[in-house]
This record gives sequence, structure tokens and C-alpha cells, in this order.
Amino acid sequence: MDKILEVTDLITRFHTFDGVVHALSGVSFHLYRGETLGVVGESGSGKSVTMMSLLHLLAAPPARIEGGRALYFGDNGPLDLLGLDTAGISRIRGGRMGFIFQDALSALNPVMTVGRQISETLVEHLGMTTARAWNRSVQLLDYVGIPEPGKRAAAYPHQFSGGMRQRAMIALAIACQPRVIIADEPTTALDVTVQAQIIDLVLRLKSEMNMSVIWITHDLGVVAGIADRVMVMYAGTVVETAPVDDLFYRPAHPYTIKLLGALPKIGQAGNYRLESIDGTPPDLLEKPSHCQFVWRCDHAGDRCWQDIPQNREISPGHQAACFFPFTDKGVR
Amino acid sequence: MKGEPLISVQKLTKHFPFRKGWIFSRKAGAVRAVDGISFDIFKGEILGVVGESGCGKSTAGRVILCLEPPTSGKVILDGRNITRLDRASIRKLRPRMQMIFQDSYASLNPRHCIGSIIGEPLRIHTRNTRQQIRTRVMELLDLVGLNPNHYNRFPHEFSGGQRQRINIARALSLNPRFLVCDEPISALDVSIQAQVINLFQDLQKELGLTYLFIAHDLSMVQHISDRVAVMYLGKIMELTTRERLFANPLHPYTQSLISAIPIPDPEKERKRVRILLNDEVPSPANPPDGCVFNTRCPIAGPQCRLLEPESRMIFPDHVVVCHKADRNNGSLITDSTAPL
Ligand SMILES: Nc1ncnc2c1ncn2[C@@H]1O[C@H](COP(=O)(O)OP(=O)(O)O)[C@@H](O)[C@H]1O
Ligand SMILES: Nc1ncnc2c1ncn2[C@@H]1O[C@H](COP(=O)(O)OP(=O)(O)O)[C@@H](O)[C@H]1O
Ligand code: SF4
Ligand SMILES: [Mg+2]
Ligand SMILES: [Mg+2]
Repeated sequence: MDKILEVTDLITRFHTFDGVVHALSGVSFHLYRGETLGVVGESGSGKSVTMMSLLHLLAAPPARIEGGRALYFGDNGPLDLLGLDTAGISRIRGGRMGFIFQDALSALNPVMTVGRQISETLVEHLGMTTARAWNRSVQLLDYVGIPEPGKRAAAYPHQFSGGMRQRAMIALAIACQPRVIIADEPTTALDVTVQAQIIDLVLRLKSEMNMSVIWITHDLGVVAGIADRVMVMYAGTVVETAPVDDLFYRPAHPYTIKLLGALPKIGQAGNYRLESIDGTPPDLLEKPSHCQFVWRCDHAGDRCWQDIPQNREISPGHQAACFFPFTDKGVR
Repeated sequence: MKGEPLISVQKLTKHFPFRKGWIFSRKAGAVRAVDGISFDIFKGEILGVVGESGCGKSTAGRVILCLEPPTSGKVILDGRNITRLDRASIRKLRPRMQMIFQDSYASLNPRHCIGSIIGEPLRIHTRNTRQQIRTRVMELLDLVGLNPNHYNRFPHEFSGGQRQRINIARALSLNPRFLVCDEPISALDVSIQAQVINLFQDLQKELGLTYLFIAHDLSMVQHISDRVAVMYLGKIMELTTRERLFANPLHPYTQSLISAIPIPDPEKERKRVRILLNDEVPSPANPPDGCVFNTRCPIAGPQCRLLEPESRMIFPDHVVVCHKADRNNGSLITDSTAPL
């Protein structure tokens, strides 16, 4: 399959008064054309920092990208996103790559009408005239399911309900027909019936516009429903990557296994205990020198305290960063 | 059901009036946060309450605990009406019922050590000596799975899950019999949620507690509750055992809620069909006439826009508020929508 994005050994650190926060310690992944990659992990595991590093959205200082490569394979050959200057990255952002955030209210400009915000993007990236851009903004709002789009285009973000605001931000993100959409917990703040509407919308847009999607969430249920492949992050590292069925039915990394065990079994009433993961994620102020999950792992051996495990192949397309992964044969 | 109710909620309403205009401010209407809910909570049971944000779950919890007076209706605790008590009588009730909130941090004073935070209700409500209080706090720390040696540490030194344990320890300090847990795990990560849910279950068994467990995560509610009430715009739409609610939901709102729960199982996700509701919840300041759900209901008919449905017991232990629900109403839920 054809890759559209390939990130290798991304290292991002925050230089703060308390010390150096090792937010990303060598993150590698890729995105195929037309696929949906689900990214899961608990809060603080580095999901947002990974995506924001790619698009230069982190304030520097304190953030510093200290290593890695992020290739975007566009029409004119590969482009290293990390090496782009300000003008270069703004052409990508909102052009080739669209970003959908959890909190639409802070992502949209509060003092500009929604239609005007979309129009400005169209004028800037596609060189449209203002009048044409406005018409297209209205069409876009219609396309993402906002009723009375002509009227709503002239309204401000705070005049929208939570779900409608999320739709408006999606309209903005897809305005220039991006190749890649990065959705960072886009439904976390929404109620489940509205979440279902938004998931439905993004999946429809994805297939109609032929986009690739990176969908960040902490909800494994959402991932099971939307992702082709899943990447699991823990404490600034990618611990497992797999096609969605492999991840749920044949997880290899002890963290993934425990995470799945901690979920209530929907549909299975009765009294069973959830398997809890004792302890908490590590302090990122310490530079990793061994497996980051070692404190909470039931299967850790001496090696796990001595070395950082690298990704290794479990089966085609399925990798885990663990010295003793579960495999098909149950061999560790 | 199982024995006698500990708490009986009868036609409880809570409206928040609001005014319009600055100078000639006049009463313009009211947010009908809780609008006539009735149910019993039996001794030793966990009653789950689910519904989308703004449907009145927290308000109901606060009014039941006498943290706010109701607009009308009654709350009966052990046979005694506890609405409209004076301050002193409410204070006497306090030890018996406590609330645990979603935001574990906001409810902890950052300048006090956790030992003093957990012991605070004991200082206010009992005449125990300092030494007795200290001993009890140590016991409580141990009970909720925290290290008693951390007595002198401050809230910021703990993780979210640990802070929720501190809140639980404080709520348990006076040996309450009834706890309202208001989205106690919503702010926690999956791996920590399981720890806290297990703790709630252990405590319930050990101490024989009764819970009103408010949440918007339906799968967790299914896991922990004995019975579940589904709320929408200040009203209860359906109330039944968790087995019945998830296997045989009768209200179209419950059916769509259940069909929207994401299931962490790719094969089940691929097979199921979601019942997508239109729009969002209308404003509780201006709820629709007739059935409050009629604007979003996929099967609403003319009677639904005109008449408010009454609460009907369709099976023993299964109450539904819907004109169209009946015994074999699988109207929307089919094999492909059910999570089972
Ligand atoms: N501005 C910042 N200063 C210091 N640390 C930060 C900053 N932003 C993020 N971090 C740290 O980076 C880590 C990864 O954060 P993030 O990517 O936001 O996690 P998540 O997986 O929840 O999206 C966290 O430990 C966080 O504390
Ligand atoms: N103190 C208050 N004053 C005015 N309106 C309130 C107050 N508390 C809650 N409300 C309103 O009552 C409704 C129900 O709120 P709440 O009980 O918090 O719902 P839930 O807990 O289900 O999300 C909401 O519309 C909310 O805005
Ligand atoms: S009463 Fe009517 S509108 Fe209300 S839920 Fe039942 S069918 Fe739908
Ligand atoms: Mg994030
Ligand atoms: Mg609430």
C-alpha cells in the first residue's frame, strides 16, 4: 500500500523550570492512503504532542523537536514537515492537512463569523475571490449537515451548539480538500448520541473525499468502530501497532492486554471484576532508560529494566515494543 | 423488589427561574432541570442514572441530598420526609448521606494535607478527640487503598485516581449509608477507572452501602448498577433492571442511546446498525410539548406532540414513559443494533 505520511523516531521535549519533560521518546508510525489510523493511549501519553509536532503547532520554547523525520508524500514528491519554514508549513496546514480539535470553541476564532473563517482559508489557500469563497463556505456548512447554512454562516461560534460547532470546525478542516485529516479527540466532549452523528459524518466525508484519517481517542470502543489500524501509545512511546482485529483479538503488548481487560464487557451482565492496572504512568521528567511500562507490568524480566525495547514484528503489519510479547503460540 | 426503600423520591421538581433584561428585570421563565421524577432506591442497591449532559442528573442528586431545596415534590428517607427541613436537621442528616463529584481536584482544599481533609467531617460532626480522628483517618486511607503514611501529603502530590480515593475516604468518614456518586470516574483514564470502580464495588459489599450512581458512560453503568434510570430533559424515560434495560430496552430514547455506545470489539461494531438521532437535546428552558422526546424520536406520532405520556409499568420492574412502547416493542432495536 501507498504511504502518505511516514514519521520516524520523533523526539519532542519540553524544557521547563522543573526540568526536561520527555514527551516523545522516539515515535515512529506511518499512514496509508485512504486508511483510518486510530491512536489510543491515556492522557499524557503523547498523542496530541505527536500530531502538533508534525504541524509546528507547539510553542517553542518550551517545546523543542530534538530528533526525527516526518515525510509527507504529496503530489510533488516527499516533503519533510519538520524541516519546513513558517510559510511552508502554513501551506500544508489547512491545505493538505486538516486538523479537528476536541474543543471547537478554542479552535475557532470567537470574534469572526464562521462563514468568514472558512472563506479566509479558501482565499488564502486556493486563491478564491471573496464572493466565491463565501458561497463555497455556505456549501461546506450544508455538506457537514448544518441546517440553514446561509444563515448560520453569518453567526459566531458561540451561537452554535456543541455538536454544530464541531461540524463547523470540520467544515473548516475540509475546506481545501485535504489529503489527511487529523482528528484529536473530536468527540470526547460530546454526548453519545451526538458523538455517533459526528463519527458518522467524518467517515462519510472520508470516503467521499478520499482522505486518510488519523483519529486520536482514549475510547477503545470508538477505535474498534472506525479504525483500519491502531497505534497504542504509552508514556511518549508507541508500544503496539496492528490492524484493528489483531489489536483487539490478538494483542501482544502487556499494556494493550491490560487496557482491554480494564473495560467493562458490554452486553455481559453479571458480577465480574474489572482487571485494573495498578500504579500510574511514569514521570516524564526522567529520561527513559528502560521499558516505560516496566513498573506496572506483570511479566517484566531483568532485560526490561536494562534496555529500551524496540518495535519488533509479531505478524505482518503487527508490531510491539516489548521484550516478551504475547504471540500466536502463546510463547513469550 | 428487594425489601424496603431507603429513599423514595416522589414527583420531585427543581426549576431555576431566570430573568430577562437588566433594568426592568422580570421573571421570564425557568430552566426545568428536574421535572417530576419519582423512584425508589432500595437498601443495598446501586441505582444507575444515565442521560446526556444537562438532563438534570446532578441537580437531582443535589436535591435528594438536601444540598438544594426542591421546587416541589418530596424525598422520603427511611419513612421521613426530608425536604424542607431546617438547617439544624439537615446537618444531623449529613453523616448519613454524602456526595462524590467528578472533579476530584476542585473538591479538595489544596492548602490542607489529605489527613486533615479526610478528617474534616469528623471534626465538624463528631466530638471525637484528635487522636481518635487520626486513627480513623488512617483506617480510611487503608480502606480506600492509599498508604496511611501519606497522611501529611497535599492533594497536588496525588494522581487523579488517587485524589478520587481521597474524596471517597472523606465521604466515608462518617459511616454514611447512602452515597450519590456524580460521574466519579469521568475524568479518569481507562486503566484508573477500573481501579476506582472496583473500589466502589468492594466498599458496597463490605459496608452495605446504597448508591445513586450518575454517569454518562453507559457501559460502566451497566457494569456497576442493579437498576438503571434513563433521564431526558429533566424526566425519567425508562427505569428497570440493568439486565432488562440492556437486553430489552423499550423506550426509543434508550434504544438509540444503547445503539450508540461504542463497543470495544471490531466485529460487533461492523455488524451493528446505529439509530442516529437528529439534532441535539432541546433547551430545558423551553421543552417541547407532549412527550419531551418527540422532536428527536424516530417513531413519534401525532399523540406524542400533543399529550405527555404517563409512566406505565409494562413488566413488573420495568417502567416506561412513552405512548408507543409496549410489551413486544422491539420497534427499533433489532439484532443488529443490540450490543449483545
Ligand atoms: N507546554 C508543555 N510544557 C510541558 N510539558 C508539556 C507541555 N505540553 C505537553 N506536555 C507534556 O507532554 C506529554 C504529552 O502530552 P500530550 O501529547 O498532550 O498527551 P495526550 O496523549 O493526552 O494528548 C504530557 O506528559 C504533558 O505533560
Ligand atoms: N444553579 C443553576 N442555575 C440555573 N440553571 C442550572 C443550575 N444548575 C443546573 N442548571 C441547569 O439545569 C439543567 C440540568 O443541569 P444538571 O443537573 O447539571 O445536568 P446533568 O448533571 O445531567 O448534566 C441544565 O440545563 C443546567 O444548565
Ligand atoms: S412518547 Fe412518542 S415521542 Fe416520546 S419516545 Fe415514545 S414514541 Fe417517541
Ligand atoms: Mg491530547
Ligand atoms: Mg452533571
